Amino acid sequence: MRLDLTHIQRWIKPGSRVLDLGCGNGEFLQLLQDQRQVRGTGIEIGEQEITAAIARGLNIVEQNLDQGLANFPDQSFDTVVMAHALQAVHYPDRVLDEMLRIGREGIVTFPNFAHWRCRLYLGTRGRMPVSRFMPYHWYDTPNIHFCTVKDFEALCEQKNIRILARDVVGNTERQPLLATAWPNLFATTAIYHITR
Amino acid sequence: MEAPAASRSVGIVEPRTAHFREPLKLACGRDLPSYEIVYETYGALNGARNNAVLVCHALSGNHHAAGYHRPDDKKPGWWDECIGPGKPIDTDRFFVVSLNNIGGCHGSTGPTSINPQTGEPWGPDFPPLRARDWVHSQARLADFLGIECWAAVVGGSLGGMQAMRWALEYPDRIKHCIVIAAAMKLSAQNLAFNEVARQAILSDPAFAEGHYLERGTAPTRGLALARMVGHITYLSDHAMASKFGRDLRSGSFDQGDEGDVEFQVQSYLRHQGSQFSGSFDANTYMLMTRALDYFDLAREYDNDPVQAFGHARCSFLVISFSTDWRFSPQRSREIVDALIAADRPVTYAEIEADEGHDAFLLPIPRYMEVFSAYMRRVGS
Repeated sequence: MRLDLTHIQRWIKPGSRVLDLGCGNGEFLQLLQDQRQVRGTGIEIGEQEITAAIARGLNIVEQNLDQGLANFPDQSFDTVVMAHALQAVHYPDRVLDEMLRIGREGIVTFPNFAHWRCRLYLGTRGRMPVSRFMPYHWYDTPNIHFCTVKDFEALCEQKNIRILARDVVGNTERQPLLATAWPNLFATTAIYHITR
Repeated sequence: MEAPAASRSVGIVEPRTAHFREPLKLACGRDLPSYEIVYETYGALNGARNNAVLVCHALSGNHHAAGYHRPDDKKPGWWDECIGPGKPIDTDRFFVVSLNNIGGCHGSTGPTSINPQTGEPWGPDFPPLRARDWVHSQARLADFLGIECWAAVVGGSLGGMQAMRWALEYPDRIKHCIVIAAAMKLSAQNLAFNEVARQAILSDPAFAEGHYLERGTAPTRGLALARMVGHITYLSDHAMASKFGRDLRSGSFDQGDEGDVEFQVQSYLRHQGSQFSGSFDANTYMLMTRALDYFDLAREYDNDPVQAFGHARCSFLVISFSTDWRFSPQRSREIVDALIAADRPVTYAEIEADEGHDAFLLPIPRYMEVFSAYMRRVGS
């Protein structure tokens, strides 16, 4: 299980309704169902991921996030989760608005593009970073809207989105002291608990 | 590895007949005094009686959904791709019930049956039916078979409409509702095609206003035309293009040759039409297309599908096919959206397929995977 997902769990209330945008093979939703007894729905567009998630016994709706979420009523979920998908959608700002229209709270995780390795890669080589975490080239990457911790927080402020909590994943699995102290430089993944 | 096709068949099956003496109150206000339902079953009912799956057929379907009646049958039942050992509706785990709906012409009481009051065939006087009448008669069949609650009710096209009606009429008797290539109601375009089909039958003098059995005539021409129209709507433009293109069956376009030419697609449609008209009853076709036309899931719920699905207690699987223009993916998404708004558990997959509406009968790999994955959940 990816570290950002294990971090998120504690923000999910037992027995609540959870919508997972870009739920992949449903690993995380299943964990939430097993550990937190949530009533979960996943949205996904990958064919293999959908079949895998159905095989787990999850409720999965095949839907493209870029075509909107208008079919989900206002405040119909307790929490809307979007893990590592913000940077892959066409309109991240609109998706954030939709998350907080549909859910009382939102949880977002994304790779921090201002991590020092990225900066070093770009600064010294002058080329878009390719790494173990972001293994794509600029022309074939699904990640079309990279942002940084600072960028995200600026957008939240502009949109009057309240940040309930911030968490980070650093380079190592040990207590991410550096990443907690200087997230924009040391966090590989940023995790936000937000509401309006 | 997949087992060879032969071992994945339910094998030789035998239709049975259930007799019902208690009148069935119909949506039209009339009673059907007594009736018979022909059905087949595949697999075994378990001790807890909780592994039963009901298969509802579409417009021209019948009870023979899987397996063979005789060893030399050329074709298996109409949904053999989906029903059998190791198939999506796995007969090693489920007890599958497939019936011919009342009003049909394959053994269940319908227009070709004798009206006990007149001693003549019902013909056009058979009461008009709605999807809900089929659902109520299916519930009687469930009682007869000792099935209190279906693990799943499954149907494609008009069958999917019956499955949805089940979820609303008998919420405590269905755990999963599987709706494939269906819609909550027909569009104006759907209605228009059905009207052309009925007019084709009505305009055949041999139809004799439905009294052809007494007259000893057969409206095969009208019925064949009706089927040809229907068949066009079952296939996609792409499927027709790749299957037939502009290929000629006979004749040529050479200059100086004034003989007729026949396209492959013409010959195909005529073949389909004549095959069908020899084996299907025209009054049943009229009745079935009207039931399809009149179906409107949410009519009695203030025309609000969200309110309608609020009565359901089951989980739903909805599947659509990209090139289906009879019941397009948009129609399925309307079902899904209403279920989401009604806070019902729903899973939805939109299958890329070139075959149009007919895709729901075909073993398209992703369709089989999604269907199988969901059915494993039904069985667990």
